[in-house]
Amino acid sequence: MAKELKLMKGNEAIARAMIASGTDGYFGYPITPQSEVMETLMAEKPWETTGMVVLQAESELASINMVYGGAATGKKVATSSSSPGISLMQEGLTYLAGAEIPCVIMNAMRGGPGLGTIQPAQSDYFQSVKGGGHGDYQLYTIAPSSVQEMYDFVFDAWDIAFKYRNPVLILTDGAIGQCMEKCYTRDYIPRWTEEERRQHAPWGTWGKPATRSHNIITSLELESSRQEVFNQKLQAKYREMEEKEVRFEALNCEDADYIFVAYGTSARICMKSMELARAKGLKVGLLRLITLYPFPKKQIAELAKKVKGMLCVEMSAGQMIEDVKLAANCSIPIEHYGRFGGIIPSPEEVLEAMEKEIIK
Amino acid sequence: MTEELIIAGFGGQGVLSMGKILAYSGVMEDKEVSWMPSYGPEQRGGTSNVTVIISDERICSPIISKYDTAIVLNQQSLDKFENTVKPGGLLIYDPNGITHEPTRKDINIYKIAATEKAQEMGISKVFNMVVLGGFLKLKPIVGSEFIHKGLEKSLPARHHNLIPQNEEAIEIGKGLIEAVHTL
Repeated sequence: MAKELKLMKGNEAIARAMIASGTDGYFGYPITPQSEVMETLMAEKPWETTGMVVLQAESELASINMVYGGAATGKKVATSSSSPGISLMQEGLTYLAGAEIPCVIMNAMRGGPGLGTIQPAQSDYFQSVKGGGHGDYQLYTIAPSSVQEMYDFVFDAWDIAFKYRNPVLILTDGAIGQCMEKCYTRDYIPRWTEEERRQHAPWGTWGKPATRSHNIITSLELESSRQEVFNQKLQAKYREMEEKEVRFEALNCEDADYIFVAYGTSARICMKSMELARAKGLKVGLLRLITLYPFPKKQIAELAKKVKGMLCVEMSAGQMIEDVKLAANCSIPIEHYGRFGGIIPSPEEVLEAMEKEIIK
Repeated sequence: MTEELIIAGFGGQGVLSMGKILAYSGVMEDKEVSWMPSYGPEQRGGTSNVTVIISDERICSPIISKYDTAIVLNQQSLDKFENTVKPGGLLIYDPNGITHEPTRKDINIYKIAATEKAQEMGISKVFNMVVLGGFLKLKPIVGSEFIHKGLEKSLPARHHNLIPQNEEAIEIGKGLIEAVHTL
């Protein structure tokens, strides 16, 4: 596993990055459009090389609770699924957040509600950044828009997860999962030794030495006053993430009169729409969101002072737009354009929506 | 240079692997590439298509609705994609099983009787490479040495003995393609 240039699917990139980033375990249950994650892991047999455990659980409920168990010991444990499977995992996710267990979860979104379709969608935004499970918690949510980012963000996810003791969600969709693009792979980062794990996860349940009291991993606290203190600590952690960990890409925003706001696959579509717009002499830019939580509030507020309007493009009925409008304080026209149920909008129709709804 | 193309046909015709070999060849020539399959509840005999983009620049969207080139290998695909070719673009089809010929006058149309030729020569497994050869004759967007490297990269090592046969099929395709309507 050395640095190499390869052509691979997004799902394959996630799997290869898990191995290369020194992940200790993966527990999953197959579901389209991300089954290639486990297929790649099974084909690569990392248990023979790095010692990484790969296990097909009996369900998504089992997967996420295996993640809880494994990650509670301070190991790097990951899972992946698609919308209906991620819905099943919500209880586990709020417990993981409540017990402050670092882990990585990938959701390759597909059209819903219910079993819906297997085609790409972005209709799990609310579920991802507004809770999903119960209680005041946040998942660090990062949205790749290329195969290279699918690969790189797994490495970034581990850094964030352990820095903040927080679950990280890689939010993507079937289009990026299935698309093949160039990907530069990295050198293998060896799995942590026992000693390293104890350093990185001093809170983990890896055995009690005589020198300290018990490490307890739980999200249960029956004493409300202590629960409130804990919640304040969680909120302080989230504020720190909001301060330090926002990521985005601003394309052609310097001179833009109008901008698209989008993430993931929609952002790629908007790049093309922007190119078409620029060819017509329209000063259009793109704010591509990379982190969805923490949300780039400040950057949107700044842009709202400069541009005349924003079009939020999402493969949903309009979810992210709520945060964009809040960030911009509704000071300029902000509209939504989206297709859903597994339909991907064309760059031409996105530009048409920009011209009709915003530029006028 | 940016070439946006769609290859469409029946599942099992090698549509996806043809796109993959082209994409890999682009990687070998240090170009930007994307390969986006139509994925869904597909099955052998159903329809299958793949969008391949090869460019000197960062690729915007891997999903597009207008193409520089459409390579269509059955009637359904011809019906679906004839109108998605950009004006002045290129349409290549295999006449096998085609009952309604393409009608557009604002694009270049070529046909390649690859199915017939491959059957006749007993090389039906490299049918897709015959078609690829026809396309490369008209648009040599990647050099033949890179196609060779692309074949090496995209075929598993146990099939590398078949590379000469694939390359031969590409050459046959180059000789087989014929103009139907040109601008």
